[in-house]
Amino acid sequence: MTLSNYMNRKELLGFVILAVVIFLVLPLALDTFRLNLFGKYLTYAFVAIGLALCWGAGGILSLGQGIFFGLGGYCMAMFLKLEASTPENTSIQSTPGIPDFMDWNQLTELPVWWQPFYSLGFTMLAVVMVPVVFAFIIGFAMFTRRVGGVYFAIITQAFAAILTILIIGQQGYTGGVNGITDLRTLMGWDIRTDEAKNILYFVNGVLLFAVLFVAQFVRKSKLGRLLIAMRDQEDRVRFSGYNVANFKIFIFCLGAAFAGIGGAMFTLQVGFMSPTLVGIVPSIEMVIFCAVGGRLSILGAVYGALLVNLAKTTFSEGFPELWLLGLGGLFIAVVMAFPNGLAGLWSEKVEPWIEKTLKKTKVAEAPGPNKAPAE
Amino acid sequence: MFADYSTAELGAIFAMQGFAGLILFSVFVLMALGLAIIFGQMGVINMAHGEFMILGAYVTYIVSNIFSAYMPGLFGAYFFVAMFLAFIASGALGLLVEWAMIRHLYKRPLDTLLATWGLSLILQQIYRSVFGAREVGVSIPDWMMGSLPLTDLIEIPINGIFVMVLAVSISLAVYIMMFRSTWGRQVRAINQNRVMAGAVGINTEWTDRLTFGIGCGVAGVAGSAFTMIGSTGPTAGQLYIVDTFLVVVFGGAASLLGTIASAFSISQAQSIMEFFLSGSMAKVITLLVVVGILMIRPQGLFALKLRK
Repeated sequence: MTLSNYMNRKELLGFVILAVVIFLVLPLALDTFRLNLFGKYLTYAFVAIGLALCWGAGGILSLGQGIFFGLGGYCMAMFLKLEASTPENTSIQSTPGIPDFMDWNQLTELPVWWQPFYSLGFTMLAVVMVPVVFAFIIGFAMFTRRVGGVYFAIITQAFAAILTILIIGQQGYTGGVNGITDLRTLMGWDIRTDEAKNILYFVNGVLLFAVLFVAQFVRKSKLGRLLIAMRDQEDRVRFSGYNVANFKIFIFCLGAAFAGIGGAMFTLQVGFMSPTLVGIVPSIEMVIFCAVGGRLSILGAVYGALLVNLAKTTFSEGFPELWLLGLGGLFIAVVMAFPNGLAGLWSEKVEPWIEKTLKKTKVAEAPGPNKAPAE
Repeated sequence: MFADYSTAELGAIFAMQGFAGLILFSVFVLMALGLAIIFGQMGVINMAHGEFMILGAYVTYIVSNIFSAYMPGLFGAYFFVAMFLAFIASGALGLLVEWAMIRHLYKRPLDTLLATWGLSLILQQIYRSVFGAREVGVSIPDWMMGSLPLTDLIEIPINGIFVMVLAVSISLAVYIMMFRSTWGRQVRAINQNRVMAGAVGINTEWTDRLTFGIGCGVAGVAGSAFTMIGSTGPTAGQLYIVDTFLVVVFGGAASLLGTIASAFSISQAQSIMEFFLSGSMAKVITLLVVVGILMIRPQGLFALKLRK
């Protein structure tokens, strides 16, 4: 694949604008607290990018992305919690050296499946692999039997419900409804300081771009075109001799891997992980980030995650009653009135306007950074 | 886990948990019937179904308050009025929603799912603003209080029996409507072949709207019955929606009998396991088994054979 096949000039412009927004505008304009908030929003963008591939391109609506976000986040949280629970830090417990919530639940020994999370290498592998393996099991069982559409959505939603109930019920092993809290250091490096938060924001940004480049590669590859073909006419793709199920499983697993990375970055930046980020409600909210951005557009997904979460924070601070009404209205509006989301607005309204102005003045002017993405 | 109990005690436990399961079964059936009509016959995913149910519950709450304030003499009978009004209220809202929203989305089932989820959020917030965030309970008429002692170990609550009777009669009513009335014939005809049904003169648009309305109305009645055994909060509907969808899918989407059979097996399994395991583990195991079976047999227990 040559470079020009990989990304045309319009798309390159979109990537550059997003890079300017994330690496220059936001860090310069915001204090550490707000920047950390935006870092949190960007972790949801990982999920939204995965959804843009699964749902926008592949037509597979998963209402269980919170599962993968949560699994990635919990893997990271387990590592950090073990590091925070040194025998010195936990000397007041009846069993020093195990996480505090285990001690509260009368566990006297670290469960076997917690042991590998002492290793950072294993944890980083697990952040990606645990969601992928889980997605593979679900995807393999469903797609090889040609289950799709709303049935798939309902089953993934059921899995989100099961995992939440399991996490809340098994308090001694998972921290229960409070989740895993009081995380302190990463390999001895305190993640709670302002400096660490700034650095983590940039790490998050770099990872996000890595994921975006992978997603762009998938979209432009033959696989990306096949996905769209499958979404529109699955049978014809099958009759052409392609194994539809394998492509679906792959893209679902890729989305899960993205979500897992996002979850791990969430844990690092926010400092806890809890079942409230796993269940049905957050999972379906993640779909709206992607829908607002415009389904097909991976850059749109990032803006969608940023804008919806910014609106959520602003409204819940000022008028908590209005937020649910607004979010509900957003769901309906984005489905009924703007099925193409921000990306649609950009390509229908902003781009023609830019071209017109460019022709008129013959002066190359860059579009403002805070606008919708190029598509 | 059985070793600590004597045989007679075990029998009583199974009977009582079985009966608790029957009440859960009735709730599932009541909720799932509306959904089976809407999802099974029309293929529309209505994520706001739980909120239609809660609307019925709130209507019952209002009616019971009106009766106890103005007509205390007739309080014993308020429930039947409430049930009727709940059907009308939820049904009317259903007709409105179909007209304003659903009919534009029939070709896009996944989008219907998202839009109705939005609707459910809005309805929840409205309930919270109007009735407050706290759960409200309904005072039960005297004749529904107490319990029937069957043996010295087994007791059966009367409101449970009432809910069960209600579930059975509503199932019968839905059955008669589906298989004996003109409307039911039209709905089934449209489900089998929409274009042909239109060609022979069925008003498909109006039938769709009516079907959606009746499905929502049945949900309202379910909510009304629900107040007899539990209290109502703004988010109570959301707790049940996944379970209900699983019940319908597990039973085989287009089959009423399948819905009832799957509601029965899921509720019995859950409530009997609940006694021996913790409630959350019972639920996890039940859901996992259901999802596992659905992975092996995606068409559900009772699949309708249709030429698509």
